[in-house]
Amino acid sequence: MWIDLSIIAAKTFIVLFLVLNLAGLMGWVERKGSALIQDRIGANRASVFGFAGLGLVNTLIADPIKFLTKESYTPAYGDKLLHALAPCLAIFPPLVTFAVIPFGDVLVVGGREINLQLAHIDIGVLYVFALASLGVYGIVIGAWASNNKFSLLGGIRGSAQMISYEVAMGLSVMGVLMVYGTLEPQTIARAQGELMWGWLPQWGIVLQPVGFLLFFAAAVAESKRVPFDLPEGESEIVAGFHTEYSGGKFLMFFAGEFAEIVTAAGLITTLFFGGWQVPYLLRDGFHFPWGATLVLPHLGVVALQVGAFLLKLIFFCWLFILLRWTLPRFRYDQVMRLGWKMLLPLALANLVVTAIWLVG
Amino acid sequence: MNPELVVFFFLAALLIGFSLLVILVRNPVHSALALVAALFMMAIFFLRLSAPMVAALQVLVYAGAVMVLFLFVIMLLNPANIEPKARLWWAGVGAACALFVLALVGRFLTGAGASPASGASLGPGFGSPQALAQSLFGDFVLPFEIASIVLLVAIIGAVALARRGTP
Repeated sequence: MWIDLSIIAAKTFIVLFLVLNLAGLMGWVERKGSALIQDRIGANRASVFGFAGLGLVNTLIADPIKFLTKESYTPAYGDKLLHALAPCLAIFPPLVTFAVIPFGDVLVVGGREINLQLAHIDIGVLYVFALASLGVYGIVIGAWASNNKFSLLGGIRGSAQMISYEVAMGLSVMGVLMVYGTLEPQTIARAQGELMWGWLPQWGIVLQPVGFLLFFAAAVAESKRVPFDLPEGESEIVAGFHTEYSGGKFLMFFAGEFAEIVTAAGLITTLFFGGWQVPYLLRDGFHFPWGATLVLPHLGVVALQVGAFLLKLIFFCWLFILLRWTLPRFRYDQVMRLGWKMLLPLALANLVVTAIWLVG
Repeated sequence: MNPELVVFFFLAALLIGFSLLVILVRNPVHSALALVAALFMMAIFFLRLSAPMVAALQVLVYAGAVMVLFLFVIMLLNPANIEPKARLWWAGVGAACALFVLALVGRFLTGAGASPASGASLGPGFGSPQALAQSLFGDFVLPFEIASIVLLVAIIGAVALARRGTP
């Protein structure tokens, strides 16, 4: 009993530690990475005893202190309760969504099998979408409670955009669910270890390439970042839904956005890139298709799998940042047209083709 | 008291509290949000009744999609303009209706054969996506399809009404 509880507590700690720290590091990568892309130097002012650590001191120590000690402003005629509630609602869904994403296979310690996934629930993917659908409240409420026309415009844009892309996102993932025949992320990750024609790992990207592209586009749109940052649109509506936010509350919106990217990257990894799978690595070591085998100790296998998951996760986080600093912003009608007239029909067509392929 | 029951009463109190807030607060945005919270609590009740699929759909459809549209409409119309005037006889009619429903519920709950004497055991795979799909697309496929056609008619009707007068 106590052992089980402490295992759950440890896994909860690991998942939250992973998401929050990756979110923080993403802030650093965003600043330094954007500087790299735009041929600037980037954050380099703050230093501890002359040590600036490539801007790490700036982003990870100076920035949070600045955020937390700034005045946290509440608009005079806004709604004080909802103004404080909105950032919490924005950061909550991405933090708890990660619970169903497996970060490894099973770890056997002292005869006890530990599933390296916080919550093993049969409807895992539906759980993800249920929580993702709540993400919209953070911006809508924050926008309305600010009592500011720019905020409200941002909030309205945001809610329309997020609802539209949720539909395409859900339909694009349906193909993956049909191919693997389950809604449970760990089972999906495990099924991706099978080999096609004896050598090609059955990853989601191999079986559902169109599904991946649609899901990726929808995930970028859901994270409200360039090229889909219409709810914020700083050249049109000041800062959109968080115009009236400062200090700690703004930090929560900011961290929530990065946590959302980490979670989206985790989902893409799990559904389309094999999760923790390393090609040809089974539970007892490598079994290459040309017949060679390489036996590894259990802990080595687990370390390799968790490492592979982290590597894929970080790669997709980086891809999100790269996109943000490479592409220009869409116009609002273009965003809507892309969502409803291109992604949605393509996702439906992908669904039909997958169904025919599975039955035929 | 056993812990199951404590949790149940705690959740039930929260659900009733949020439901009351829906009709008691004056600000329409606050009451819409209280409804979201109430729907979320209801999803937790589905979870406790071993129906995780229904719970997820409840959050996804009601809390996540329908209520966002509600909020959308409330925010676009100025809330101050849609504040209804208080009428005493409306309150009377409402209270009478509430009492009638309460009496009916009490009658059904205490009536013979209303509830199994002890908890009925769940079949294997109860509440799983497979079981739900099996009953939706197998045993009850006709009612399901009829319901979807009704919804389709409603959507087409809404589009037709919205487009009337515009070329």
